[in-house]
Amino acid sequence: MTLSGPNLVSVDVRVTTHAPVVLLAGNPNTGKTTLFNALSGEAARVGNYPGITVERRTTSIDVHIQNGSREKAQLVDLPGAYSLSARSPEEKVTLEAILGLGTNPKPSLLVLVVDAGQLARNLYLLLQVMELSVPVVVAVNMIDEVSSPPDMAKLSNRLGVTCVATNARKKKGIAELRAAIDQALRSNKPPQLKITYPDALLAGLGPVECALPKHWELTHDRLRPLALWALTSVGDDELRDIPQELREACEKLRKSRQDQDLDLDIVRTRYAWIEDCLQRIDHASGHTPKHAISERIDRVLLHPVIGFLIFAVVATLLFQALFVGADPLIRLVEFAVSNAQSGVERVLPTGWPRDLLSKGIIGGVGNVVVFLPQIALLFAITGFLEDSGYMSRVAFLIDRVMRLLGLHGRAFVPMISGFACAVPAIMATRTLERQRDRLLTMLVVPLMTCSARLPVYTLIIGALFPPKKLGGWLPLQGAMMVGLYGFAVVATLGAAWVLGRTVVKAHRVPLLLELPPYRLPHFRSILRMVISRSGDFLREAGTIILLCTVVLWALLSFPRVPVSEPQTPQLAVAAATSPRAPAADRAAPRTDGARAVKTKADIDRSPGAYIGRLLEPALKPLGFDWKIGVGLVGSFAAREVFVSTMALVYGISDDADVDVPLRERMREERRKDGTRPYSPLVGASLLAFFAIACQCSSTLAVIRRETRTWRWPLFLFAYTGILAWVTSFAIYQGGRLLGLS
Amino acid sequence: MTLSDARLGELLTIEHVGGQGGFRRRLLEMGLLPGTGVTVKSVAPLGDPIELLVRGACLSIRKEEAATVSVSVSVKVAPQRLVRSTIP
Repeated sequence: MTLSGPNLVSVDVRVTTHAPVVLLAGNPNTGKTTLFNALSGEAARVGNYPGITVERRTTSIDVHIQNGSREKAQLVDLPGAYSLSARSPEEKVTLEAILGLGTNPKPSLLVLVVDAGQLARNLYLLLQVMELSVPVVVAVNMIDEVSSPPDMAKLSNRLGVTCVATNARKKKGIAELRAAIDQALRSNKPPQLKITYPDALLAGLGPVECALPKHWELTHDRLRPLALWALTSVGDDELRDIPQELREACEKLRKSRQDQDLDLDIVRTRYAWIEDCLQRIDHASGHTPKHAISERIDRVLLHPVIGFLIFAVVATLLFQALFVGADPLIRLVEFAVSNAQSGVERVLPTGWPRDLLSKGIIGGVGNVVVFLPQIALLFAITGFLEDSGYMSRVAFLIDRVMRLLGLHGRAFVPMISGFACAVPAIMATRTLERQRDRLLTMLVVPLMTCSARLPVYTLIIGALFPPKKLGGWLPLQGAMMVGLYGFAVVATLGAAWVLGRTVVKAHRVPLLLELPPYRLPHFRSILRMVISRSGDFLREAGTIILLCTVVLWALLSFPRVPVSEPQTPQLAVAAATSPRAPAADRAAPRTDGARAVKTKADIDRSPGAYIGRLLEPALKPLGFDWKIGVGLVGSFAAREVFVSTMALVYGISDDADVDVPLRERMREERRKDGTRPYSPLVGASLLAFFAIACQCSSTLAVIRRETRTWRWPLFLFAYTGILAWVTSFAIYQGGRLLGLS
Repeated sequence: MTLSDARLGELLTIEHVGGQGGFRRRLLEMGLLPGTGVTVKSVAPLGDPIELLVRGACLSIRKEEAATVSVSVSVKVAPQRLVRSTIP
């Protein structure tokens, strides 16, 4: 990402054989995605090509370029932008797509979506696109929201490009827009736009034009607009692939014109042209009826007291939906997985291939699918918040707090989702515009107390802390649980504060947030996005998670020794690698009728145990023995697997609830010298370790998928591992110094 | 006077957009040009950022940046109108 990305910020758009490429661009909140869906048709497959900087969606649409014959064109949905000028790599994506830089295909046409109620500001982007001589068609969208829509014939005539009135939600004007796209592809005529900039401005532009990179498709018409682009973009920017020569040319021009306000001159000239256009077609912009309603809603939702209460309710509902709402679906997944496992176990003969299929592969698929309910739910909720316009209000309300962390207010949603599960939370960082913000959020969200940590906390607190009341009234065990949540919040905020100033340092970016009018969310668009992103997760992160589960299964399942009785710890291996619920496996009937010699995993001699012993010298200063080491290895599949792996290590059959006998075993455990290896001090050290360390292969897999590099997941693993070790060390050794344990 | 100390609901005219670099340019590109009318619509419950109404759109910026935009008052609001817009 920001620190490691290649020079060109381009997106992996797979080019189909020379199909014409149609770009879809526009300001944010113009209904661009809805229009994308309306143009592509319900049945069309939408590909999400997550780029290095931005997620991009493409689909193929039917166009008629020659009379009668149907052809396929590729429609590419670009991220929303107010202007082509860019300070960050993600803002430069639109320019790169238009110029066809990097792996971007050369576009044949650009469809610009504008908000009918915000013509002046939206036409600013159109003007920049037209200056670059790209064939363009304008969709004047959300035409239903304005009381006096502009005359399309007059507007088209005045601008010199075809303008079509559309209402993407109601699918109105789509046929006309298609016809305009066909027509534009057929004629392939770039717009002619000459804006008269002040002579004093143009005079010094020559050296900048000469310094433009040669691969930027420098046709004669594009020299001036690209020089102006450079002048309004290069400076205090974070762009990566700007040649030094160009930087110097811009710098020199600015220095020589210190008496002149170059930026203002450029922008003012453009706005003057736009206002002149709109005036000539007698278009008066102003408040639309939609705005009046929005204003009334905002009086409540942004109210200092009521607004905050509603916000708190929304945040709680979001958290509850992920925590509780997804539960039935998660159980359903677990039920299906355990049935599939027992089915396989009934059909196939006993032996490691059967276990590989049932515990390793089916269990691994379960480990992947089990995330889907939360992912789908979170994307549905964020889609709803974004589409309705409330997400911007969330950012507005909470900006004061998030700013302290150097994050955008929008990062609040992934942050709070981290309390349920880091995997969907990390995927939700896609709603953040800056890659640096996304990265920072991804690196701290895994510190939140996710639901997978709860079974581990319950076990450790239940086993190693007495159920007494502090001061006679405060239950110790409950207080520990609350304390762990508080600890997670402090750790997350602290990590964000530190990392935001060191590893993912960036220019401070001032807030500029549009609060769009409230609109009813478009359910079909949200559903489509949920489906495509869920599929995305299954394909990309899923394969890594599956692989990890199989490897971890293997680590704890060999070598195998003959066994006479089926009810042995072997069965617990199943529990150890099955998703989420050790309980799931208990439902499976054991019908081991086969006469062949049965084998069980000998966990004491397994590679997992070997790793556990190997880790012991490093874990000893924290108060952990090798058995906990094995548990830590097992918990890599999913944190709660720690519980079933520990049960396995202690040879506790999974016929009964493992939690209670395991607690007793851990309490009764004695070293050879009679001392207890698991004291409350060890418990505190272990809790701290689990609270901090990123012991979760799924989290690492999903970060790898989002950042397209192993660098960041490895960094996360290393920094949380070291931090966890140091914290546990301080707790354990500090406690011993104080004479505890 | 700057946008950060303007009263809620007053119709203002932008005199000068100060500050520098990319953010200033973005403000200009969003249509906050000298001579443009602007109103401070609301302040976030925690005191920052503020919400502006400019060219029919609602934009939010922080007070720190709002302080770089100097404005003059076009239409003063009557006290009772002011009260209503502060406490909705």
